[in-house]
Amino acid sequence: MTGPLRRAGGGPDERPQLPGSLNANRRLGQWLRFLPEGLVEVRSGKVELGQGIATALAQIVADELDVAPARVRMVPASTASSPDEAVTSGSLSVQQSGTALRYACAEARALYLEAAAARLGKPVERLQVIDGEIVAVGGAHTSYWALADERLLDREATARVAPKSTHRFVGSNALRLDLPDKAFGRPRFVHDLEFPGMLHGRVLRPPSPAAALRALDDAQARALGAVVVRDGSFLGVLAEREEVAVKALERLRAGASWSEPATLPDAHALADWLQAQPVESKVVAEHAAAGAATPARTLRARFSRPYLAHASIGPSCALAHWRDGRLQVWCHSQGIYNLRADLALTLGLAAERIDVSHVEGAGCYGHNGADDVALDAALLARAAGERPVRVVWSRADELAWAPLGPAMAIALEADVDAGGEVLAWRHELWSNGHSTRPGRAATPTLLAAFHLERPFEPVLAIDPPLPAGGAERNARPLYGFPALRVVHHRVLSMPLRASALRSLGAFANVFAIESFVDDLARARDEDPVAWRLRHLTDARAHAVIEAAARRAGWAARRRREHCGHGIGFARYKNLGAYCAVVAEIEAAREIRVQRLVVAIDVGQVVNPDGVANQAEGGAIQAASWTLKEAVRFDRTRITSASWEDYPILGFSEVPAVEVEIVACPEDAPWVGAGEAAQGPTAAAIANAVRDALGVRVRDLPITPERIAATD
Amino acid sequence: MPTIRLDVNGTERAVDAAEDTPLLYVLRNDLGLKAARFGCGSGRCGACFVLIDGRAVASCDTPLWAAAGRRIVTLEGLGSPEAPHPLQRAVIDEQAAQCGYCLSGILVSAAALLAANAAPTEAEVRAALDRNLCRCGSHNRLVRAVVRAAHGGAE
Ligand code: FES
Ligand code: FES
Repeated sequence: MTGPLRRAGGGPDERPQLPGSLNANRRLGQWLRFLPEGLVEVRSGKVELGQGIATALAQIVADELDVAPARVRMVPASTASSPDEAVTSGSLSVQQSGTALRYACAEARALYLEAAAARLGKPVERLQVIDGEIVAVGGAHTSYWALADERLLDREATARVAPKSTHRFVGSNALRLDLPDKAFGRPRFVHDLEFPGMLHGRVLRPPSPAAALRALDDAQARALGAVVVRDGSFLGVLAEREEVAVKALERLRAGASWSEPATLPDAHALADWLQAQPVESKVVAEHAAAGAATPARTLRARFSRPYLAHASIGPSCALAHWRDGRLQVWCHSQGIYNLRADLALTLGLAAERIDVSHVEGAGCYGHNGADDVALDAALLARAAGERPVRVVWSRADELAWAPLGPAMAIALEADVDAGGEVLAWRHELWSNGHSTRPGRAATPTLLAAFHLERPFEPVLAIDPPLPAGGAERNARPLYGFPALRVVHHRVLSMPLRASALRSLGAFANVFAIESFVDDLARARDEDPVAWRLRHLTDARAHAVIEAAARRAGWAARRRREHCGHGIGFARYKNLGAYCAVVAEIEAAREIRVQRLVVAIDVGQVVNPDGVANQAEGGAIQAASWTLKEAVRFDRTRITSASWEDYPILGFSEVPAVEVEIVACPEDAPWVGAGEAAQGPTAAAIANAVRDALGVRVRDLPITPERIAATD
Repeated sequence: MPTIRLDVNGTERAVDAAEDTPLLYVLRNDLGLKAARFGCGSGRCGACFVLIDGRAVASCDTPLWAAAGRRIVTLEGLGSPEAPHPLQRAVIDEQAAQCGYCLSGILVSAAALLAANAAPTEAEVRAALDRNLCRCGSHNRLVRAVVRAAHGGAE
């Protein structure tokens, strides 16, 4: 077995720092083992979310070990056997897990070469590895598979063996490992998992965020043969058949009466509401100009984004099974160890008595209901007499009860001189924190925990620390301004559950900054691309902006009625991928984005097609947020609980997208691709709307109604 | 509970379930066919689409009694790794997915389209897929895959 697993980032440590997640998971055997049948089993703590991480990691392993990618088996993460890599988020997986695997595999290869040298009686220098065969000059040979012995890797990594500098598979378009199953409709998702004797569970969520159960008549539900589970305001049903569980749930809904206080803000004045709340404030960045010039005037604008839903196509799903006082959970959580910690807190059970295994879910874009449904399944399975239970959320609960990406308000000010050049730039933002992820607080953050007979208090959302940050992510512009001040107000009232949604605060901050600088350039009659290049010194920033402009034909663009072009740029988190987007739109009765050109620099590229796929997907999703999406609510309830009320961009509305991967300096580290395009896409569309119609929309989404109201 | 006979992927299957049971649950839970997936339960996302008498239909919204006696084809029935449907091959060639949760229903819609229109334009493909939602932004790759399949894999 593996050594004791420690929390990433936990405790003082005398031992040498190891690369990536190897530092917190130091035994080589935790990461890989060779199997006699000619396979290498690889364990990563990062999970497949639809982003293609398993394929990218397999490419890295294949290169370091000199084996064909087909020999690599990526084992789904489980607390029973996988390294603890905290959460799969923040576009960090290749950096953290890929780096660890590179070093672990390089060292494993060296150890097996030593063993082969001993067996063959040849010096290591005279051996080479060809698809796992270890061949000596002269023809004697053995293999990883013949030598397979777990004791060889049962030792602490040293990271003394340098990974390869040339690659065969890294940098090539490896085919996605998970795609054949999906193309042929084979079971693959957690929703498809089934165990003998399994019961179907459904949870009756309260009708509104602050509702409390007053009375319950469950006779009609039980008349169907369903078991009704109640613990405070947490209600659920269990049935032998899925359709019976669904029917029983509707009967239970009809039999429940709730008190529903009106606790929600005015959805039509969210920015005002945010700015009026109690806050905790901090200065994110500040510098003053030496010998400051007197400004000719000050420009001001306020931007906002609404609450956004994850709106995954497959609702949250988990299975749970209690046996002999132990709990097993299968779910699509982004952080299985963190989930386990919160399950332990909620259930009053030692974490060692819980195993959480990852099984793929539908696309994951942040902290959604994946962790919550795991607790739902555990609570219902507790009433199932040692039978396994599968719980699936309804579409309505998925849209209304999963954590939301929080609303934000951003006030920008620029002092400019007589020529319109910026002398001082000020950025203030108001937002809830962008994380209520489990496993990080003293009490659980899982939804059902707030509804139990002995409830836990909901935990206020926090922000990950800088430099990445949460709400303040990308609030500091990369443009060189003589004076700068960025202030972050974390809003301390949280009437709606908020947490991490793809790119966190970067989406709104970049939208605001890039809209505002476009207007500054426009006021000077300066080309927006030229303005940006003039204010940036970083060559990689220049490269993506120039690439996007060139590919989009920016310089030769022609003015056509109702059509417009816009550009947006950011470096994700100010330390990750560089990305520039040019949007072409047509504004007739509605806004149609016709084309998005995305230029992106993600450092070294493991899988170019994977990067293009992620960047394109991110841009399309961001276009959907920008044009259509807002969580709707009255003063009591969320009202956008169906696809009719929470529309997303459809096939006929999706723009053409071209992605250009821009070459980077050779030593540039790997950074993720999935979140870089969100902010630049929103800004590019907003700037194109301004270009087409002369209207600056500052409150997302940019709908025809908003445009009419801005006129 | 009556036994209902269904014609699924060319095979007659007997099912013991209430006749108002949504076809989706019968396919997934009784017949072990997991390709059709639950997304919304109300005919609004396409994740559960199957072919019924050649038309792409929401199986979450189709009661068992309405499916009895009709020709039901799920994604599993379109092709297999050994004998893939051109759409399945094209999806892999184009790497046309991210999470792939939407994929079964989209391929079913596309199969219905290609059966009626062997050489659709891109706009026709988009229109045919408008009842299917994808949240990962795989739309354009999927459209290219359908066009490629229509052209016999050469695109
Ligand atoms: S699940 Fe049937 S259409 Fe959405
Ligand atoms: S690929 Fe994820 S929903 Fe379409």
